[in-house]
Amino acid sequence: MGERVRVKAMMPPGHVRAPAYLRGKTGEIERSLGAFKNPEQLAYALPASHKNLYRVRFTMAELWGAAAETPQDVVEAEIYEHWLERLPNAP
Amino acid sequence: MPHDHPHDHLSPSGHPFRTDNDTPLSYFQTMEIAVRELLIEKGVLTPAEIATQIEVMDGRSPANGAAVVARAWSDPAFKARLLEDAGAASREMGFDIGPLNLIAVENTAETHNLVVCTLCSCYPRNLLGLPPDWYKTRAYRSRAVKEPRSVLREFGLDLPESTQLRVHDSTADMRYIVLPARPEGTSDMDESELAKLVTRDAMIGAGLPRAPGG
Amino acid sequence: MDEMDGRRWHDMGGLPAGEVRKDDHDFALWEKRVDALMVLCGAKGHFTVDGLRRALEDMGPEAFEKYTYYERWIAAINQNLIEAGVYSIEELGTRMDAVQARGPSYGEANLQDG
Repeated sequence: MGERVRVKAMMPPGHVRAPAYLRGKTGEIERSLGAFKNPEQLAYALPASHKNLYRVRFTMAELWGAAAETPQDVVEAEIYEHWLERLPNAP
Repeated sequence: MPHDHPHDHLSPSGHPFRTDNDTPLSYFQTMEIAVRELLIEKGVLTPAEIATQIEVMDGRSPANGAAVVARAWSDPAFKARLLEDAGAASREMGFDIGPLNLIAVENTAETHNLVVCTLCSCYPRNLLGLPPDWYKTRAYRSRAVKEPRSVLREFGLDLPESTQLRVHDSTADMRYIVLPARPEGTSDMDESELAKLVTRDAMIGAGLPRAPGG
Repeated sequence: MDEMDGRRWHDMGGLPAGEVRKDDHDFALWEKRVDALMVLCGAKGHFTVDGLRRALEDMGPEAFEKYTYYERWIAAINQNLIEAGVYSIEELGTRMDAVQARGPSYGEANLQDG
């Protein structure tokens, strides 16, 4: 499976496309989608830099713990590189 | 080119179009007229561009996606191309989907896919047309990533525990279309017959295709 | 959700909510026009979809509950066009007054065919 990553848990104000329910959560990169303009700059009509975008897969168990409906179900979301921290792969 | 009554018949979904011309003018309708007039006067847009864009959007409907799905069910090479690059495969069929970045996700015996946008209401509108109202509700956007099976049961779909559910949250530049599994008993059906089985909800993952003859 | 934890109202994934109501409606002409303005002005570079989303998010949760989808979108489009300098607030206000003076219904107030 893909590289393990964690979504940064920071909570800055402003226009951000990393959903709060994924922040601080660990997932695996499902695929790389290429580089796209940073929405955090586009939203304010600023010149936008390109950021790599990844589809990241999270298990319901990781997101919701004991409250998960079915722990092995997954959520996949697109997360920009500056919101991801790489983690060592699990043994 | 008179355009206040572009349709005096029923809409593609079979509802009468809402009459909006004889209801009291609202603040936001006033804003819409004023903004549109200013844009035209300043040379940003022409009335013809606006009329054409409305026609283009009216021409986009779940039938377009259904045709893509039916082709994938009928043509394994097309299906492979669809799963590789759904935007290119849709364009290959002649659909003008603009700059849409489309990913097709396949339902199988082991996997069911569901599409949501928790942050706003992103939807593959350039292929399927505008999203249904429920897709934009707080209820759907909130619950689809935490209790999707419960949401699906409300749509009449009870997934077995043995099926893995994959929920796709459209948080950035990609849009998703579900490629449903081809229903049983359809081996003698051609593409146009198959397309009639493909519902909008099936391409969002909130439903399954119709059964043949059902 | 604690208002001081930084989570914003539109970021609703995973929050408790009621049953999904399967109501649907077809769009009125004025709503289709809003959609067309959004697509066309975006394509011409007067704003980005993120600029529109930012304006919508900044309207707050009351707007989400109180106004319809395209009511919020025309407000967001206008906000972005004002910020881009396409027209001024004064021009908009003057024109909105003129539109209202034409008659009490949308059909009477609308002159353009586009």
